Amino acid sequence: MSTGAPTSQKTALEFKSTSLTVPVLLLASNDISLIDQQLKEKVVQAPEFFKNSPLLIDLQKLNAQNLPIDFAEIVAIVRQHGFMPVGVRGGNEQQNGDALAMNLPQHSLHGSNAPLVNKAPAKTLPTPAPEEQKPANQSIENKLVTQPIRSGQRVYAKGDLIVTATVSAGAEIMAEGNIHIYGSLRGRALAGVLGNVNSRIFCSDLQAELISIAGIYQLSDDLSKHPAHKPVQISLDNQTLIIKDI
Amino acid sequence: MARIIVVTSGKGGVGKTTTSAAIAMGLAKRGHKTAVIDFDVGLRNLDLIMGCERRVVYDLVNVINNEATLNQALIRDKRCDQLFILPASQTRDKDALTTEGVGKILEELSKDFKYIVCDSPAGIERGATLAMYFADDAFVVTNPEVSSVRDSDRMLGILSSKSRRAENGEEPIKEYLLLSRYSPDRVKLGEMLSVDDVQEILSLHLLGVIPESKSVLNASNSGTPVILDEQSDAGQAYTDIVARYLGETKPHRFIEEEKKGLFSKLFGSK
Repeated sequence: MSTGAPTSQKTALEFKSTSLTVPVLLLASNDISLIDQQLKEKVVQAPEFFKNSPLLIDLQKLNAQNLPIDFAEIVAIVRQHGFMPVGVRGGNEQQNGDALAMNLPQHSLHGSNAPLVNKAPAKTLPTPAPEEQKPANQSIENKLVTQPIRSGQRVYAKGDLIVTATVSAGAEIMAEGNIHIYGSLRGRALAGVLGNVNSRIFCSDLQAELISIAGIYQLSDDLSKHPAHKPVQISLDNQTLIIKDI
Repeated sequence: MARIIVVTSGKGGVGKTTTSAAIAMGLAKRGHKTAVIDFDVGLRNLDLIMGCERRVVYDLVNVINNEATLNQALIRDKRCDQLFILPASQTRDKDALTTEGVGKILEELSKDFKYIVCDSPAGIERGATLAMYFADDAFVVTNPEVSSVRDSDRMLGILSSKSRRAENGEEPIKEYLLLSRYSPDRVKLGEMLSVDDVQEILSLHLLGVIPESKSVLNASNSGTPVILDEQSDAGQAYTDIVARYLGETKPHRFIEEEKKGLFSKLFGSK
């Protein structure tokens, strides 16, 4: 009897992830009266735009210069001007604690396009922000190889891989992104090795032992019907490798 | 400073030792003081090809282990006083070679030799990797058949990644292709890869083609480097190769089928 009850219940909620654009107030001075005055001037220019606007308060520049600021005071000022603070980022331990006391969450610096923290001397960085910035910089790591890739060699690129020479039989090249080969491909080429189904392989002469995109592969036996010495591109369409002339 | 040349291939039986002996003799005959070192510890052959097997007292491993000095181990060739042979040990195995030991020997030889030819063993194990580790130039000996070509390709990969020059980020080893045991007749019949086929796969600078020749076996059996047999096609091919290596321009020979005259048609080729 009781076992039937949960299945009949409808799902009332769901957690999802989203990203949205929020104005960021990047503070460069800890002079409260100056901030107050300049905020006022900005709001006057577009009062409707700023009314009840969410606002993220960014303190990384201040902390990089070791300028202390009373976070509660800043929050009070921006509220006066009609903003609704939604959090803090780049703050030090005390500022983050103050924010939490006012029910304002702490945001990471990930996604910030102002990598100011990197310029600051290391000792002035009490926040965990710098570590969090690294992944953003690593995301594009293309590799260019100009020497022939010989039998038994392996090359791995975190982004795209561009080879301007021959890839010999028995060699293996892999990329998390696309692969471009401006020579003969006689070895193995694996694109989108982390599962990127939109990655492609481009090569000017397809004689490969194996080609693969996002784990879907074809062996040379299946490829033999494609003439060599002709530029082709290989893409993935619905779990099938498509080889097309360019 | 000496120039260190490694003669390598990956695959066995393609003509590394024959080439090492011929090249070393050729360079020495041109007046350059040359040493040739056998790295095939346990399977030493170079002394036989050079015809000095009866004069081996100390060997490479003795020198590495400080049991003999380099001068005691080096054998001066009887035909050319610019040529010295450092034989391998027949009673040890390749683990007796150490990077430091080999490096020390090459450094010492570099002081008064112009060229040092390292005869690499087959394979990609210790002996072969040590023979090429210190090299400046590599002669990759390849037969015109697929397995030899693939092994050479593998060897080229190791040359470009595991040498001292690669590790120190210096200018890479200069690689040259020597296509040996080439037979234009069989290429024409489609039984053998052509020079172009091999070059397309390896994309390497061709230093010379050595034709398949009876003179090579005869030379090995008699302990005379084939380059000294000036009448033979293989001997001439090696002479050309040495000249090209030294910067001379010589047209490639032995690639095309020989045109037979009436005389040789009647009496057959030798």
